[in-house]
Amino acid sequence: MPTQDAIVDAIAGMALFADLSRPRLEAVAHTFEERFFPAGERILRQGLTGSGFFVIIDGEASVVVDGSARATLARGDFFGEVSILLGEPPVADIVAVGPLRCLVLGGPDVEPFLVDHPRVMYRMLQAQARRLRNANRWRS
Amino acid sequence: MTTAPDGPSPPGSYPVVVVGSGPGGLQVSYALGRLGVRHAIVSADEAPGGMFRRWPFFQRLLSWTKPFAPADRATRAYERYDWNSLIADEPENRALMLREMDGTSYFPSRPEMERNLAAFAAQTAIPVRYGCRWTGTRAETGPAGERFVIETTDGEYRCRTAIFAVGVAEPFMPVTPGFEHAAGYADTRPAETYAGKRIFIAGKQNSGFELATGLLPWARQIVIASPSAAKLSVNTRSLVGIRARYLQPYEDHVLGGGVTILDAAIDSIDRTADGLTVALRRTDGGADLDVVVDEAIAATGFVAPLLDLPALGVATFGHSRLPAQTPFWESATVPGIHFAGTIGQGAGGLKKHGIPSNSGAVQGARYNARVLARHVAADLGITQAEVPIPADALVDRLVAEANGTAELWHQKAYLGWTATLRDGSFTDAGIQPLAHVLDADGPDAVILTLETDGSGATYPVVYLRQGGETEERVLDPDPFLDFSGREHRRQFADVVDRARGTAASRIPGAAHA
Repeated sequence: MPTQDAIVDAIAGMALFADLSRPRLEAVAHTFEERFFPAGERILRQGLTGSGFFVIIDGEASVVVDGSARATLARGDFFGEVSILLGEPPVADIVAVGPLRCLVLGGPDVEPFLVDHPRVMYRMLQAQARRLRNANRWRS
Repeated sequence: MTTAPDGPSPPGSYPVVVVGSGPGGLQVSYALGRLGVRHAIVSADEAPGGMFRRWPFFQRLLSWTKPFAPADRATRAYERYDWNSLIADEPENRALMLREMDGTSYFPSRPEMERNLAAFAAQTAIPVRYGCRWTGTRAETGPAGERFVIETTDGEYRCRTAIFAVGVAEPFMPVTPGFEHAAGYADTRPAETYAGKRIFIAGKQNSGFELATGLLPWARQIVIASPSAAKLSVNTRSLVGIRARYLQPYEDHVLGGGVTILDAAIDSIDRTADGLTVALRRTDGGADLDVVVDEAIAATGFVAPLLDLPALGVATFGHSRLPAQTPFWESATVPGIHFAGTIGQGAGGLKKHGIPSNSGAVQGARYNARVLARHVAADLGITQAEVPIPADALVDRLVAEANGTAELWHQKAYLGWTATLRDGSFTDAGIQPLAHVLDADGPDAVILTLETDGSGATYPVVYLRQGGETEERVLDPDPFLDFSGREHRRQFADVVDRARGTAASRIPGAAHA
């Protein structure tokens, strides 16, 4: 089990939190909750309301749409934010590929967190822009 | 040593062994007993509910039992208003907490809670072997396959299924430099010994605010700090955050009454001529601070005392070192090891809208224990017959479950009531973990849960499982939490029609009910 310090070290190396000072990272580690998912467990469920924002700190997760795997997420990747930002149910299942550790923020806490941490919001926007660019490349 | 001494639950081989005599251990033992599952139950303590002889310091629990409620005492519906009694099939064993309370508060005192648990254990004849400490665990391969050896001070127990209900009550002390100068939560002295002192409390959970509340009449100054902002249950509209009865220090803080609450990481604690200097690095953007106090107390959380289970392969996570669990409270990494009581919060469930279950408290864990006992019994071949539901009764049943089933009230979006549909007929599949019924393959079913979304609204949610696909129907909230009116009946009827109609159309030759 990672200690609180180990979690701070882990997220310090992630692009999403790269602009935060150490005390701010400690606050993030206290604000987010750590969760563990065994292999095969669903973390987000396609079409079901009430999800959260997840950041992978260890392990891999599969993005499954209508039963078929579309992508694999790994350490430092995040998911769940789209359904929270849009107020809609997730459009994919997210399934633990092996033992998976995540930091989690409940849906209602995401907006106040992002507003309090604009540099995290900016990094998230960059990641979304990258995803959009890649999706457009794939289509063209 | 394997010689069986006298007394209940002597060392030996059992299908199931339970460790712990708090609410979780007693409740799961009761439920196993009623299902006819032979088991042993051991406890290091000399009497039930050892935790309640130690915490909380300032005498009363956080969970209430209402002497006067809309439901009659000793009914299942009353359990919604009684968060502290263990649950029983027999009316005479229900709502025992009420009998022990003196009426001065609807929060029981520690001695009242202890008596409540002792009365339950005595009346329902739970076979606890007290003074028998679990000292180690190992796995071995016996004639019937893998099994566990539970080593205790009275001898060895062998079992296929072990259930640990050992609480999450071991205070956690951070490794930050200087914390050796701080007292742990467990070492807090009587409040009057802090008269006139400047106190620093590390931690903004309920334990920190409980200490601050108790010290308000005595301390000259109280500073409370931790890296993240305090959450208040009245704001989260859930049990997440500081509960209303410990809010007085917060009000003193905002009114400037000698209490200061800071969002700051603790860099170090040093002993100086003037007392203790606590170096704080603000996490809210404010300037770093040194705070000089007479005493520091670490209210920095609790961990689960898992002994050697991690060495056996039990994966843990989070600040409280909870074991990672399946939806049926089985270790996610060591099959056969289960957990009951507050430690069961390691099976997080869906946490819809970020709101956790009440598995960390008696009013949630008691229902988990009953579901766990049924699950363990089924593994041993002891199953309950599923009772048919007449074709025209399902809407009434959904209304009744949504309004009166305490499991659904206390374990929102965590436990669900399921009616399965086979050959055009519904049967009662009982209460099950929602994560299990949503994720496991199974027959077509109607699954009911209650949910709250952090806005203050509570509403029924019905899942329709048909042909392996699951559809969610979110029903309307009601300000009086009454889901039996015409509109809710219409919404439930709509769901039932859809379940029955679609299923009937897919079953060759099935009559359209």
